[in-house]
Amino acid sequence: MNIALYASLFMVATCGLIYELVAGSIASYLLGDTVLQFSTVIGAYLFAMGVGSWLSRFIGKGLAARFVQVEIMVGVIGGFSSTMLFLAFPHVASFRVLLYLIVFIVGMLVGLEVPLLMRILKDRLDFKDLVSQVLTMDCLGALFASVLFPLLLVPKLGLLNTALFFGLLNVGVAAATLHLFRDVIPKRAGLGGMCAASAAALCLGLVFSGEITSRAEGDMYADEVIFTKSSPYQKIVLTRWKEDWRLFLNGNLQFSTMDEYRYHEALVHPALSAHPAPKRVLILGGGDGLAAREVLRDARVEKVTLVDLDPEMTKLFTTHAALSALNGGALSDPRVAVVNADAYRWLGENDLRFDVVIVDFPDPSNYAVGKLYTTAFYRLLSRRLSPGGIVSVQSTSPLFARQTFWTVVATMEAAGFATRPYHAYVPSFGEWGFVIGATSPYLIPKKFPAGLRYLTPEIARGMFDFPADMSRVPAVPNRLDTQVLVQHYEREWSRISHGG
Amino acid sequence: MTGLTRREFIGGAVASAFLAACRGEREIPGELLGPNRALGHKLLAGGFPAPSATERVPIVIVGGGAAGLSAGWKLLRSGEGNFIVLDLEARAAGNAAWGENEVSRYPWGAHYLPVPGPRARAVRELLRELKVITGEKNGKTFYDENVLCHAPEERLYHHGRWQDGLYPRLGATDAELAERDRFHAEIAALRARVGRDGLPAFAIPMEHSSRDPELLALDRISMGAWLDLKGYRSPGLRWYVEYACRDDYGGDLSEVSAWAGLHYYAARGEGEDDRFLVWPEGLGFLTNKMAAALGPRVRTGALAFDVASDGDGVRVDYHDEATGAVRRVLAKRAIVCAPRFAARRIVKALREDPAPSSFAYAPWFIANLTVEDPPAGAGAAPAWDNMIYGGKGLGYVDATHQSFSQKRRRSVWTYYLPLTGGPDAQRAAAYKRTLADWRELCLSDLERALPGVRKSVSRLDGWVWGHGMILPKPGFIWGAERRLASRPIGPVHFAHSDLSGLSIFEEAQDRGVRAAEDVMSALGKPYRSSL
Repeated sequence: MNIALYASLFMVATCGLIYELVAGSIASYLLGDTVLQFSTVIGAYLFAMGVGSWLSRFIGKGLAARFVQVEIMVGVIGGFSSTMLFLAFPHVASFRVLLYLIVFIVGMLVGLEVPLLMRILKDRLDFKDLVSQVLTMDCLGALFASVLFPLLLVPKLGLLNTALFFGLLNVGVAAATLHLFRDVIPKRAGLGGMCAASAAALCLGLVFSGEITSRAEGDMYADEVIFTKSSPYQKIVLTRWKEDWRLFLNGNLQFSTMDEYRYHEALVHPALSAHPAPKRVLILGGGDGLAAREVLRDARVEKVTLVDLDPEMTKLFTTHAALSALNGGALSDPRVAVVNADAYRWLGENDLRFDVVIVDFPDPSNYAVGKLYTTAFYRLLSRRLSPGGIVSVQSTSPLFARQTFWTVVATMEAAGFATRPYHAYVPSFGEWGFVIGATSPYLIPKKFPAGLRYLTPEIARGMFDFPADMSRVPAVPNRLDTQVLVQHYEREWSRISHGG
Repeated sequence: MTGLTRREFIGGAVASAFLAACRGEREIPGELLGPNRALGHKLLAGGFPAPSATERVPIVIVGGGAAGLSAGWKLLRSGEGNFIVLDLEARAAGNAAWGENEVSRYPWGAHYLPVPGPRARAVRELLRELKVITGEKNGKTFYDENVLCHAPEERLYHHGRWQDGLYPRLGATDAELAERDRFHAEIAALRARVGRDGLPAFAIPMEHSSRDPELLALDRISMGAWLDLKGYRSPGLRWYVEYACRDDYGGDLSEVSAWAGLHYYAARGEGEDDRFLVWPEGLGFLTNKMAAALGPRVRTGALAFDVASDGDGVRVDYHDEATGAVRRVLAKRAIVCAPRFAARRIVKALREDPAPSSFAYAPWFIANLTVEDPPAGAGAAPAWDNMIYGGKGLGYVDATHQSFSQKRRRSVWTYYLPLTGGPDAQRAAAYKRTLADWRELCLSDLERALPGVRKSVSRLDGWVWGHGMILPKPGFIWGAERRLASRPIGPVHFAHSDLSGLSIFEEAQDRGVRAAEDVMSALGKPYRSSL
């Protein structure tokens, strides 16, 4: 009997600490600033435990039955805590409110456990033994949990499954208590049913947790997946490792917060700053708003039209606090109009004119995207430019995909643009290429907007020089009826990624 | 009758429906369509009342398919606007019939036009007018890029995966590849060959082809016999060549003449000159444009049932479907642009000719499938034309291939099935099949290459062409009957692609334009020839 009780005590202590660790980890994964998140979560949790301990005095009779109920509640709420937090992250504006609410409820329930247990055991043990043994077990459980959590649980089970698994243990303790105290607990059947139902719910949670984080995806990405969303157009995945947030669309890296400023400064300013009066700017693609953020740095810009296919993308980067912070709230800026449409169709269906166009499409990895890199597309684009207009096109890596890069250049030239190809080093991408397409002679800007972290007039001058390993190669323009670009791209990148 | 009782029958049907429901299958809705057979049968039955009204129009064109509309196009371009076109369907289009739903327009027949060669002058003239040809410089022709078939153009399913192009390369031995190369070299030689009369061996329009007897002799043997003669034995190559025969002529290797089979390859260019012009509605794009230019001159639901000489001119009696009345048109000239089998019933002089006809027509079945998130299949990416090696049909064509949408979740696929192996028996069998029979045939054929595709199909409509296209059987193209058939009988002229023995737009247009020019010559109207 006593061994079973000690085991329960140990288990209860372990579970209690696990929920605290899970909440702290999720908060720091999702919100960043580990020290702040862990401190506040632990503080809130301990405070809630205190509240629970205080509340325990209001529980009079039927202690064992109450304990069983508390265990079931801890199991279910604690067990599903991480799932709820993950699912709520993209939707709940004040994620922190939910976080501390869950932390408080679980902490309070855990705070009830030890006082209740001590009172249950008080007739069986001396007070000095009782205090000594209960607190020893409590601390041992905590030690066990704190070692187990980082070494075994997070790497093997992940945050979702860890919480669910310990939720099951709590329900197990409830069931064991129900069994041990079967003589003194009335209405055992009802509590037994609750145990079974809770255990079943947690098991279902374990079965479907794969769906929630998409386990296969978790394996695919190096870092913790903190958000996934499948829109009709693409799978949006956000990962985080310390301060580095990464956005993946259909498995392809779009940016890393560690160096995206390099990419976006290089994409936008060589074209934008070279224009004498860039009042109207068009961004094609770039639903993350990062290019828009760069465009808005230039005070001469009066209106930005951003055309991105996927409303989920632009909504996410407009409304989500942490993500809109990355683009400085660019998508909510009154100068920015967001249009969710197919770029090709949109260009063909209206007759607006733009001074500068920033083309930030995904790489030409399939025939559908390949159509956005054709002579037909660039001809259409040139008809949407005001006199003296300039375009800038992201054009994959001139180092890894040299033929692809120079094919984009040749295609823009065939469509009538005077091109000025250039490149920049973006650590998470490698050496990256862009092409300026101009309708009048292009001069490298001598001045850029304030606040840039990478681009200077000196750096910009160097970007237009191509060393021998990525200098121009002969290339045939990419046409709709040939789509040579997609074939070059596939060949060149598969050589990189599969080593041959 | 079989021994199946009513009870067993119902029980079985319920059980199979239950099993189908368990497998998550549901009945795919659809309709079985086809050319206006009710009116066609009226023509056979006869017994039309006397005309209730008579009008006078200088020129009447009977039939509003590619040939009839082209005749009208040429007359109008020459400043001769005083004519009418009678067509029995609700929309004048002939074999370029098309449909439309909330996803896309789609073809019910002819669906592409190869870029025209130098001799197809009228085709080039039409395409310039429609701005499909955007420029010509140094012998190069530039086309509207939205209309040129986007890459990837075609793929073939063989050995469990899709591969680029039409020739079954995957798993081919070196000997087979060598045979393919020998075939292509032989075709290249034929493409360059000039007959003893100085004309190209194979040309489009076919009237421009050489009459060199050595070349015309190819018309007397079948394409299969020619392959045997030349020692082409590899199954891959024979499938590849037979595919072309089925695709363009609706016949197998034994049914199509070698002259026709070789014409398919040798009359067309290669490389830049071997590209396709495609529209979601197929050649319905061209017939629409031509019909729209003719405006109210085109009368639809108008079944011409009697065309006869009348004094110096010609009288045409037609049944007007909308009013049920019979109307008479008195004209100076008529151009009958109906297929020969129909012309033989309509034109009095032909009706009275007891000689049997050697004009044979291949029946076709076509289905249009509305699909949502269909499987792409392993291997090469989905293309405009997706063919299945050893398939019953020709595979499917994607009506939304030219779309610029980044995520095309829904599309319409057109499935083509030429009913080869004896036109008369095949036609009789085709008319007996129900939509459910066709649906199963089509889906099981596609499922060989795209397992589970039926789950993506939300609608499947079918269309049976009893007389889909002229079948260029050995001896037909350069035989006497075809050549004589294109000659006018008094004031009645004839125009249809079957007078060329090749059911392609270029030939239909050539015949139509030719007849229009003949009529203008006969009436003393000046014109500039498009030929």
